[in-house]
Amino acid sequence: MAGYHRDLGRQRHRFDDLKAVMACASPRRSGDELAGIAADSDERRVAARMVLADLPLKIFLTEALVPYETDEVTRLIIDRHDAEAFRPVAHMTVGQFRDWLLSYDADTAALAALAPGLTPEMVAAVSKLMRNHDLVCVAAKCSVVTRFRTTVGLPGRLSSRLQPNHPTDDPTGIAASTLDGLLYGIGDAVIGINPATDNVPACIALLEMLDAVRTRFDIPVQSCVLAHVTTTMQAMERGAPVDLVFQSIAGTEKANTGFGVTLSLLAEAQEAAKSLKRGTIGDNVMYFETGQGSALSADAHFGVDQQTVETRAYAVARAFDPLLVNTVVGFIGPEYLYDAKQITRAGLEDHFCAKLLGVPMGCDVCYTNHAEADQDDMDVLMTMLATAGVNFLIAVPGADDVMLNYQSLSYHDVLGLRHLLKRPPAPEFEAWLDKAGWLDEQRRLPPWPDQSLVVSALLGSAA
Amino acid sequence: MSDTQKDPWARFRSATRARIALGRSGDALPTKALLEFQLAHARARDAVHSAVDFDRLAADLSPLECLRVHSAAPDRPTYLRRPDLGRRLDPASAAGLPAGEWDLLFVIADGLSAAAVQVNAAPLVHACVARLGHLRIGPVVLAGQARVALGDEVASAMGARLVALLVGERPGLSAADSLGVYLTWDPKPGRADSERNCISNVHAGGLSIQTAADKLCWLATEAARLKLTGVALKEDAPSLAGPDNDKKQLTDRS
Repeated sequence: MAGYHRDLGRQRHRFDDLKAVMACASPRRSGDELAGIAADSDERRVAARMVLADLPLKIFLTEALVPYETDEVTRLIIDRHDAEAFRPVAHMTVGQFRDWLLSYDADTAALAALAPGLTPEMVAAVSKLMRNHDLVCVAAKCSVVTRFRTTVGLPGRLSSRLQPNHPTDDPTGIAASTLDGLLYGIGDAVIGINPATDNVPACIALLEMLDAVRTRFDIPVQSCVLAHVTTTMQAMERGAPVDLVFQSIAGTEKANTGFGVTLSLLAEAQEAAKSLKRGTIGDNVMYFETGQGSALSADAHFGVDQQTVETRAYAVARAFDPLLVNTVVGFIGPEYLYDAKQITRAGLEDHFCAKLLGVPMGCDVCYTNHAEADQDDMDVLMTMLATAGVNFLIAVPGADDVMLNYQSLSYHDVLGLRHLLKRPPAPEFEAWLDKAGWLDEQRRLPPWPDQSLVVSALLGSAA
Repeated sequence: MSDTQKDPWARFRSATRARIALGRSGDALPTKALLEFQLAHARARDAVHSAVDFDRLAADLSPLECLRVHSAAPDRPTYLRRPDLGRRLDPASAAGLPAGEWDLLFVIADGLSAAAVQVNAAPLVHACVARLGHLRIGPVVLAGQARVALGDEVASAMGARLVALLVGERPGLSAADSLGVYLTWDPKPGRADSERNCISNVHAGGLSIQTAADKLCWLATEAARLKLTGVALKEDAPSLAGPDNDKKQLTDRS
C-alpha cells in the first residue's frame, strides 16, 4: 500500500493507511495517545486533516477500517448501505462534504433523506474537519423523532431521562428521587434506573415499582431498568412490565462480545419487547448507551481512533430503531477523555455523528472525580447540546449519582435550560404537567410556593 | 402539625443519600446546596491528587514489616493518562523485591484515593493478620502510583500464592475515602479481573473494617482450599461484590 502524505514546507507527513489518517486527524485526546495512534505534533494533526479533506467520501465504502470478513459491525455497515440515498453526495470529497453540510442546501429534509446513505466512517471523517460550532449548527438541522408513550426529538423540545439510582436499589430511596425529579418536570424521555444488582428478580422488582408509579399518577412516560439485555429478556419471559430494553453497545464485534451481546441477540430482544405492545403511540423499544473509549478498554479497537469506533456503534444502534441512545461521554475516565476540553469536544462529536446517521441521540453530560472537569464545564456542554437540539439529557438529584459515583446534570439544570431556551418537554408529558396545574401562564414550571401539599399527596400515595 | 407535614421529605431522607428536595432559587440551586456540592467535589479531588504519606502508613502498620515499591508511572498526571504504566513496576522496584514463599501477601496501592489508604488500609491489614495467624504472611508492600494489576507482578516476584491488594477507590461525592480489596489466587502478570474477588466500599459510612476483614479472611481461606479466585468463588452474602451494572461495563476500572 502506497499510503498517504502531505508536504508542509520542508516536512513530508506520511500516513501508512486510512486508519492512520483518521487517527492523526482527530483532535488531541488521551485515549488515542494511550493507544499509541495519535498525531505526535499539532502540525501533523493538521496535515492529516488536509489529507482527509481531499479524500473522496466513497473511499469508506471500499476501504474498511475493521475487516469485513471478521467483524459483523462492518458487515452491517456495508451490507445496509443505501447507495441511492448516498447519490447526492457520492461525488464529494470529505472537505466538500463539510462545506455542503454547512450550506443552506443541507436542510432538515435533505439531511434526513441522506442518513441511510452515510456510513459511520464518513460521518466521523467529516466531524474531524469541523469546529465545535460547526458540529452544533449542522446537528441543529437534523431531526430524529421517536415514539413510545411520549414523542422524543421534536424540533424545539428538550426531553430528559430521570435517573433515580440508589446504591442498594432501595425502593423507597428510588421512589423519593423519582418523585423529586417529577416535580422538576424530568423523565419524559425515560425514567431509567441503573441497578446496583444485575439479576432477574431484582430487575423485576424495580420494573414493577416504576410501573406502579407511572400508572398511579397516569404519567405518559416509559420506564427502564438498565440491566444486561439477557436479564431483561428473562424478565420479559416472566411477565415483567418491560417498556424498553437497554444495552451498552460498542463499535466492533469484539467489543460487543465483551459486553456479552451480538446483533442477533439484540434483534431477538427487540422482537420480544415489541411483541408486548406496551407503547401507546409508537414501538421504538430499544435504549442504548455508548461512549468513546469503550472499545479500547476492551482491547477491541483494531488501531482505529476512539471517535471513529464510537461512531460505528451508532450503526449498531440504528439497526434496531431505538427510542433513545446516549453517549456517557465523561463517564469512561480521563485515560480516554482527559479534561473538560476533550469531554466537551467528544460530546458534540458524538451528538453530531449520531444525528447525521439518523440516530435519536441524547447525552449524559458528566465527568468523574479524577477528570479535569467540574460543573462549570458541564454548563458549557449542556448549553451547547441543547442549542444543537439534543434529543434528551440525563439528570440526577443535585447532579450527584450516589450509586455510580460520578456527576451528571441536576434536575435544576435541565429545567433551567428548558426555560432559558424555551424548549419544553415532550408534548404528551407537557400536557400532563399542564393538566396537573403545574405550569404558569408562560408555560414555565415555577418553584412551588408551598411544596408540602403536593409532595405529601404524591409521597402519600407512593409510599 | 406533624413533622411529616412540615417536611414531607423527612421520612425519605433516611432512605437515600441522593441530594433530593434541595429547593430552588428560580431554576437554580440555592446557595447552601451549591456550596455543599462544591465542598464534596473539592474533597473528592483532593483525595485523588494528594499523596499517601507512606512513612506514616508504615508506622501505622508496625510491627509488621513493610517494603516500598513504585509503579512505572512517575507522577499523578501520567498515572491518570496511562493505566498501563500504573499496572507495572518501575525497573528499580522490580529488581529490589525479595523472593520468598508466602501463603498471603498484602499490597497497598494508593489508587485514586490517598485518603482511603491513609485512613483504612492499616486497620484492615491488622484486623486480617489477627484472624489469619496460621498463615505465612509476607511483608506488606506499599505501592505508589499503583493500580490493581500491579499486585500480580509484586506477588509473583515475591513467591506468594495469594495476594490481597488494597486500593483507594475512585472517590464519589458522598465518600472520598472508600477502600477496595482485590483478592487474586496464583497472581501473575496478565490475570483478568474475572479471576479476582472484590470487596468494595470499605469506609466509615460503608462496609466496616471488621466486616471487611471477616469477608476477606473467609475468601482467603476458601481461595486456598479451592485453589482459585474469581467468578467461580462466590460468597453466599449477595452484597459481597461491588455494584455491577451495564453502565459500569463501559469503564475499565482496574
